[in-house]
Amino acid sequence: MELLEFARGPALTFAITIFIAGIVFRIVSLFALWRTKDSSAGSPREKSAFSAALREVIRRLWPQAVYKQDTMFELVNGYVFHIGLAIIVFALAPHILFFKDLIGLSWPSLPNNVIYAVSIITMVSLIAALVMRYANPAQRIISTFDDWFSWLVTFLPVLTGIIATSHLGARYETLLGLHILSVALLLIWLPFGKLMHFFLVFVTRSQTGAHLSHRGAQL
Amino acid sequence: MNANTQTVSDAQAAANKFLALNSGNLAAYLEACIHCGQCANACHFYEVTGDPKYTPAYKLFPMAKAHRKTKWPWSWFGGPSVTEEDLQHWEELIFDSCTMCGRCTQVCPMGIDIASIVAASRQAFAAAGRGPEDLREAAENVLTKGSPLGVTPAVFDGRVEWLEDDYEVDLPLDREKAEVLLTVSSIEMMKYPKSIVAMARLMNQARVDWTFSTEGYESTNFGFLSGKPHIAKHAIEKIVGAAEKIGAKTVVIPECGHAYGVLRWSGANILGRPLPFQVLHITEFLAQLKKEGKLKFNKVEGSLTYHDPCQISRRGGATEAARYLLEDCTDFREMTPTGNFNWCCGGGGGVQAMSRAADLRHKVFQIKMKQVEDTGADMLISACANCRLTMDDSKAYWKWDHELESLVELLAENLVEDHPHPFDAKPHLATNV
Repeated sequence: MELLEFARGPALTFAITIFIAGIVFRIVSLFALWRTKDSSAGSPREKSAFSAALREVIRRLWPQAVYKQDTMFELVNGYVFHIGLAIIVFALAPHILFFKDLIGLSWPSLPNNVIYAVSIITMVSLIAALVMRYANPAQRIISTFDDWFSWLVTFLPVLTGIIATSHLGARYETLLGLHILSVALLLIWLPFGKLMHFFLVFVTRSQTGAHLSHRGAQL
Repeated sequence: MNANTQTVSDAQAAANKFLALNSGNLAAYLEACIHCGQCANACHFYEVTGDPKYTPAYKLFPMAKAHRKTKWPWSWFGGPSVTEEDLQHWEELIFDSCTMCGRCTQVCPMGIDIASIVAASRQAFAAAGRGPEDLREAAENVLTKGSPLGVTPAVFDGRVEWLEDDYEVDLPLDREKAEVLLTVSSIEMMKYPKSIVAMARLMNQARVDWTFSTEGYESTNFGFLSGKPHIAKHAIEKIVGAAEKIGAKTVVIPECGHAYGVLRWSGANILGRPLPFQVLHITEFLAQLKKEGKLKFNKVEGSLTYHDPCQISRRGGATEAARYLLEDCTDFREMTPTGNFNWCCGGGGGVQAMSRAADLRHKVFQIKMKQVEDTGADMLISACANCRLTMDDSKAYWKWDHELESLVELLAENLVEDHPHPFDAKPHLATNV
């Protein structure tokens, strides 16, 4: 079997299966745990849990003024690679074709050279995040295998994508095969590590929003 | 061999406690941390030392480890257990260098409430016999003497009588029925008794139907701070029992941040049923009386600034009450940052009671000194006896000459009273005494 055929076929199917089942299982197993019930009387300023949660999810998109200066690099860099990744994944024409095959929906794409530029920026941003993780003592002490490996599986698809579209070093089919395999690796790893924050961020922000609003201590 | 068995079982005891406390809420926090390290920027211990071990997210590690050992998907791969070495390494980080002030919660992009994980971790460490000796002792005193500083009911009774005589103020004790039960912190009783006199004068002036009770007077909760839930519950039961007996509709917490946080927000949960009364911090209660026109104050002269106790402002929701009470000041200056974002004094969460943490606390106080100096204000006011004690200690250590006062004392000194009172007001602060 050709590498590309393997990557597109069994590897991707396997990866998507693990990806979906893993995410579902991880969410279900989290919510299957008992949840604390707060019997304390709420503050007169308490909002409904839903609106407090929603408010917190939105509010934490941007840091409080007090903390802005200290967290500016992580903030800006974080937005750059998150938005960059989203643009690459959802706005590149071949990716849209892939989604059309998968779920039947399609949408307009951005020109390839725009995506190419975004990919370079995203790579630089990811490398900056890695350097920061290594160089900043506070980040480094809390870095575990999950952090380094999650970085790697996020970086590889961007790197292999750029190499494949640039036709560098090998046949396009081989390069594309490697690119798809790197995506498969990302999909397989995602439910097992910190990349689950794509979902958990809504849970934790909501919890804290409701918790603080109950105390009338909304920030 | 015996020692080894003991070692293993201590670590296991901690792990078991972690898991017993590991609700879905806490588990979500543990799983969501992306290790971005931004919390370090908000932590006063990191701010003054630059030591990465104080990074708040690092304090989640022991509980996260216990969690991963049993929770899918990590449990499939085995994974390490919590060890005695972990407990040894993290004890200082969970107790001595976390005041549970909640600034890290504010900055966390994921919104993880690290303070609540630390509170749970303290219980697990305590289950393994871990924690600073003096904090544990203070908690044990609650069981044996009724108060962390050894203020037994007899001592309380005696002190109340002494204060009544010395300050010529009416301090009702053990009245059969009263609307309001006023509690104290033993820090005030032993070190700042004028605070108690001040509260009484304000209550009396507003004609509040109130009493102290020898059955439930101590509102600090060292059971909570030391991770001993049965002692925390015992302390809460005392207050609830006393309040129910006299039919109190309101229990007022004195100037003590954690006392307020524990009874107001955790009391019902620790007790297992809703509290049959409302809990108000003294600043909230006085603000209410002022709003109702029952308290009037003279203009307070001199420049002053207010230190927000973390459990009252950031984590308590009563940030505005103190400001409302201080609006009669002619020269009130906010520090930067202030209100919900104010820096901790360094002694919250029981850290004040840990003698081995003193040097670290003093370092943290440098932040507060700078904040105050930047305002140019002459006087620093707080509404927490624990903050005050921490700041007084560090003030002496650094030979810092700024004046430090309690909010209730300042208010009492500037209270417009029906009758003159011998309370020793500071003339330079009041224009009408």
